Amino acid sequence: MSDGADLLAICDRVVAQALPGEQIDAYVARGGDTEVRVYQGAVEHFVSAQSEGIGIRVISGGRTGFAYAGTLDESAVAEVLADARDNVAFGEPDEWAGLATPDGVEATTQELWNESLVEFPTESKIELARELERLTLAADRRVRVDDSNYADAYGEAAVATTTGIRRWGRENGCFVSVSTLADSDGDGPAETQTGFGFSVGREPGQIDLARASKEAAQRATRLLGAVKPASARTTIVLDPFVTAQFLSIIASTLNGESVVKGRGLFRDRLGEAIANPIVTLVDDPTNPLAYTATDVDGEGLAARRNVLIGDGVLRQFTHNSYSARRAGTVSTGNAVRGGFAGTPGVGALALSLVPGTRSQDELVASVGEGVLVQSVQGIHSGVNAISGDFSTGAAGLMIRGGQVAEPVREFTIASTLQRMLLDIVEVGGDIDWLPMRAAGVSLVIRDVTLSGR
Amino acid sequence: MADSLVIEPDLVERTLRVALATGAEFAEVYAEDKRSTSMGLDDGRVEQVNSGRDRGAGIRVIKGDTTGFAHTSDLSPAGLAAAAEAAAAAASQGDGTTTTVALTPSEQRVVNTIVQAPGDVPKATKVELLQRINAAARGAGPQIVQVSAGYSDSRKRVLIANSEGLLAHDDITRVLVRVSAVADGDTGMQTGYQTLGHTTGWEIFDERDVEEMAREAARQATVKLNARPAPSGALPVVIRHGTGGVLFHEACGHGLEADHVAKGASVYAGKVGELVASPLVTLVDDGSLAGEWGTLAIDDEGHPTQRNVLIENGVLVDYMWDHVRARKEGHKPSGNGRRQSYQHLPMVRMTNTFVLDGPDDPADIVAATDHGVYIAQLGGGQVDTASGDFVFGMTEAYLIEDGQIGEPLREGNLIGNGPQVLADIDMLGNDFAMGMPGTCGKDGQGVPVGDGQPTLRVKSLTIGGTAA
Repeated sequence: MSDGADLLAICDRVVAQALPGEQIDAYVARGGDTEVRVYQGAVEHFVSAQSEGIGIRVISGGRTGFAYAGTLDESAVAEVLADARDNVAFGEPDEWAGLATPDGVEATTQELWNESLVEFPTESKIELARELERLTLAADRRVRVDDSNYADAYGEAAVATTTGIRRWGRENGCFVSVSTLADSDGDGPAETQTGFGFSVGREPGQIDLARASKEAAQRATRLLGAVKPASARTTIVLDPFVTAQFLSIIASTLNGESVVKGRGLFRDRLGEAIANPIVTLVDDPTNPLAYTATDVDGEGLAARRNVLIGDGVLRQFTHNSYSARRAGTVSTGNAVRGGFAGTPGVGALALSLVPGTRSQDELVASVGEGVLVQSVQGIHSGVNAISGDFSTGAAGLMIRGGQVAEPVREFTIASTLQRMLLDIVEVGGDIDWLPMRAAGVSLVIRDVTLSGR
Repeated sequence: MADSLVIEPDLVERTLRVALATGAEFAEVYAEDKRSTSMGLDDGRVEQVNSGRDRGAGIRVIKGDTTGFAHTSDLSPAGLAAAAEAAAAAASQGDGTTTTVALTPSEQRVVNTIVQAPGDVPKATKVELLQRINAAARGAGPQIVQVSAGYSDSRKRVLIANSEGLLAHDDITRVLVRVSAVADGDTGMQTGYQTLGHTTGWEIFDERDVEEMAREAARQATVKLNARPAPSGALPVVIRHGTGGVLFHEACGHGLEADHVAKGASVYAGKVGELVASPLVTLVDDGSLAGEWGTLAIDDEGHPTQRNVLIENGVLVDYMWDHVRARKEGHKPSGNGRRQSYQHLPMVRMTNTFVLDGPDDPADIVAATDHGVYIAQLGGGQVDTASGDFVFGMTEAYLIEDGQIGEPLREGNLIGNGPQVLADIDMLGNDFAMGMPGTCGKDGQGVPVGDGQPTLRVKSLTIGGTAA
């Protein structure tokens, strides 16, 4: 099986061509995926795809040039290096420009490759998608399935630099997902609501079809008959899936590159209380439970556990080597690279809130009156991480007398990110390692504005 | 142009034969060769200049109701044959047959005339464009504390051939400029954003003043320093011309895509011939508009794009179609089969979607509104096509009091239900304008789209602010 020698060799050949005074970073990736979509028992489409490519960054005299190609042809690689070098001449000098250098931090090894997935037969992949469709339809007679999917992917990547970084890694994984439609069957007006369910695994044995189908049916049916609630100032309980999206936005305000460029909402607040003292926000890609667990970051430095907010106090920002150099600190191992076609930016890798102890039901009981927010819509169009304004479409269940009551939809919830962090009342104990860069957990936030009728 | 085809026709024919060898009814080759340049300016300097090359082919094979798809970046005969075999195997485990394909080359259709290819413009000139944008935005006022800007261009040559004999090609040039300004004041930071994108050459910068665009982004950010919290609740909303196309994109555009309709996942399913909007509304999707961001001469399945009237005087006329849905239902393709790249399967997508002019003077629309919100720029949006619930952001908005545009408002989302909002459009201006370029996401694929509309009023929309 592959040990990355061929990919590393391509990187090495590129790096060896560095001229005096030049820094070079070569990133080579190869991967593939399979995607099966089933509709009404038949395979609607079957996609089998491979891709590979190289991205080369050249830094000289503080100027940076970059080029990529979606192929590993030898002639193309030579052309990419020439293009990157040509591009250097047009950037403007930046005294902080430069590649990462090895910092001595030991990487925590992660088991990201599973051989059993490689051998998993095509027929079984199709059968998983079919079975998921069957289970979902059986879960509730009001439910139709829009599509039922199985997908798996593998990828390997190598990176080498003139500064002494040289890494190779690979990972694979699989997931199933199902999109549902639920139709009203009562005397009321005809309506259709939608839902989805999913399950992920490093190998097929970890896939939980029962959970995926049950959640997909519940998500679609729970909103049937939902009404538009009256406008109010209220307390909300966020479902774990919604909290995960909220945490990703919070983390974007702690992005070290934004901070050094004066855009960070909390840029002057290091060491100050920015959240309720019960809030501890951690970015920890070394935790194997995290879906995005990894041993190295996008620049090839060891991934590490960083406490961003500890007991409500802003402890640190996330940095790659560039933003760290500019901020006069060291990289936190938070370089993120979106494949060979881009250069490393800064971002959180695997966020989670340190959980509390109580279940969602207990949180609902203690809230008494409010709304359980089960989904949000337009979280990117209505949130501004620079001004802090937060406004999103939402759907969920009213909370009355400490219990969930009628479903509600077509309303918004609004506040500011600054206030929401301070208004967090309780973190649930129900942490859920979702297939995102943030883990979910139930979260209670008071004093938000609900806009409805 | 003297460029060779992405793949030679005889190799295309051979590839289609391999793809059909397991007895499929339909096979297609989509090959692309794309070169792009991009550069970003931030914090006062051009940080990085980038070049990209993407080249490859996607092979689609349809047998019965099953589509098999494979793609490769290896355009050699062996690479294409391997992808064709993979796609054929994916579509079927059936018996082998031999099918021949006679390709009928069509003349390249030209909807955009490129005067000056961006690829021929020196990189230094592009750098200078970004520097002018930066200087203009920073020069707009002392409150502007940060500016970022980006430039990108691309040229994508495509070849599309299928087992029905189609052989078509296209050559698409795109130019995009964006600028974002941050203003700082006593109430914190605010942002302004402008973007300009066309399927034209460098000559667009003779017509459009990028410095004006930069000053506009700076003005938006500065104005919002004095913004008050947006209202919470339902109010009449006036949307300025050339900014509100995303409303229709979300409120009904996605719901008129034939794939959603066929699966009963659209509130507009089964409603052709019915009144689905205010009689003021005529909605068109047209991929053949010269120079627009969503324009393409042929769609990504090789069919010529065209003007499709979707809603006429409020009545639903037709949906948008791709090859698979049109073939299945005996409908003519509408030129709406699109894909992000050779690595993606095509599906039904919008191109340039817009509402035609109505009868009203835009000034009268504001004057006729006692208490409401005037939206000068919309942000992105999202829709659930099955329920029709959709949201969209407002990035520049003002209160309307007594028929006058008043104080600026902070950002927020608006929420509504598609059919209800379409019915609630009670005034429509006569000042049509196209809006800023957009990227539409569906099923994980992003494609460039355009939109446009005259100034209009929706008699009630829920505004997601925090003010009572």
